[in-house]
Amino acid sequence: METLLYLGCTVPIRNLNYEVSARLTAKALGITFRDIEEFGCCGFPLKSLNVEDMMVTAARNLALAEREDLDICALCNACAGTLNEVAHQVRTNPEIREKINRRLKPLGLRLDGNVKVRNYMRLLWEEIGIEGIAKAVTRPLNGVTLAPHYGCHYLKPSELNVGFDSPEVPRTLSDLITATGAKVINYPSLLDCCGGGLLGMSEEVANAMAVRKLQEVSASGAHALVLVCPFCNVMYEGQQKKIAKSTGIDLKTPVVYYPQVLGLALGMTSEELGFKLNRIKPKELLEIVEG
Amino acid sequence: MPKINLNELDPEFKHRVAEQPGGEGLKACFGCKACTAACPIQPIDKRYDPRKIIRMALLGMKKQVLESDFIWLCSSCYGCQEVCPQNVRFTEVMYAIKNLAAQEACIPPGLTAQRSLLKKHGRLYEVGEFENEKRLKIGLPPIIEHAEDFDVLLPDQTVEKDPGHSSTFHNS
Repeated sequence: METLLYLGCTVPIRNLNYEVSARLTAKALGITFRDIEEFGCCGFPLKSLNVEDMMVTAARNLALAEREDLDICALCNACAGTLNEVAHQVRTNPEIREKINRRLKPLGLRLDGNVKVRNYMRLLWEEIGIEGIAKAVTRPLNGVTLAPHYGCHYLKPSELNVGFDSPEVPRTLSDLITATGAKVINYPSLLDCCGGGLLGMSEEVANAMAVRKLQEVSASGAHALVLVCPFCNVMYEGQQKKIAKSTGIDLKTPVVYYPQVLGLALGMTSEELGFKLNRIKPKELLEIVEG
Repeated sequence: MPKINLNELDPEFKHRVAEQPGGEGLKACFGCKACTAACPIQPIDKRYDPRKIIRMALLGMKKQVLESDFIWLCSSCYGCQEVCPQNVRFTEVMYAIKNLAAQEACIPPGLTAQRSLLKKHGRLYEVGEFENEKRLKIGLPPIIEHAEDFDVLLPDQTVEKDPGHSSTFHNS
């Protein structure tokens, strides 16, 4: 299948390990990612200031995709959520559709809102399927234990994810991990918000939100925390040292992206998958897999 | 919190919130507090209390809501929205409230800086040669800015600060 790869702002600058592993695993599984160089910001950072500015910024990307007659696959939960929300609004609300199209017109673009937006994990789940992934695995990650973190905008608002996953008892990421042969742990703070949306407003509150999960995963003996969103990564990987220092809790939780884990199971090397860019090295995990 | 002075309440405020995109659900609240119970911020910073913010908005405490810095503490996790029996859609209501605060020029400086970056580059991070060289080294295609579209798409900010009005953010 062919889909447009939507990178957003953060992944292609700060999380090259996520992008490179997503591209490699997609290729190996028969998914063709097409790039549109005109794609820009999804609009999410504008939502607090002006919802309509957010909508037109999202709509610009959606209209570019509609022109290509292809769906969008995003790597960031906030991007996927925002684009999905705006596509839904434009599709279902004629008043909004007219307002947004009036502002898109000077760019020569038009949007009906029919473009489908999914994050990469949903795409894997729906297009390749758990069985398809399990069949493609050439190096099962036996002996590896991983802790999933979905992220809020992966699951919520649930009205935009009808028929996908449950916001209270999610399973898709756990199942995707299990398909690689790794063991998944369940833990009490599974559904905690990372606090990333607040980092710019109050670092103290944001850090306080992230600490419980880091502590639990660290104590669980899991080899890594598995993420699917660069916003969550800012908190769990980027802030981890600071959180450990300010709380006095000994934290050393390696943080990896799901496509990196998947790539290992598909036989790719840690070097190809950008593991050298992971700031808290998943040493034990890589030792088990690569020896 | 000091006593509420009825003369300072703005009975129009709740209608203004409800008129903003996403603010429509505000008046449906019957005060059950499910939102506050589901909120991950509230146990960390008591000032951010969804039910209390809804009551303040319904009472017309415009100044106390829009000029506060706690309204910017929503992490947008949608926990409140998922549990609301009245479909208030409080995460969206918070965006409506923040949009009104922005109209009144009560904006945290980080957000205006982000908007300027977006208008100038079409992305949150400027992409230069350094970034693209790093991408090339790992086998990734270059990122090309299309900034001109964003200058057309996003109007110049016309918000001016109401002279009678003080905000924590502007004073800091």
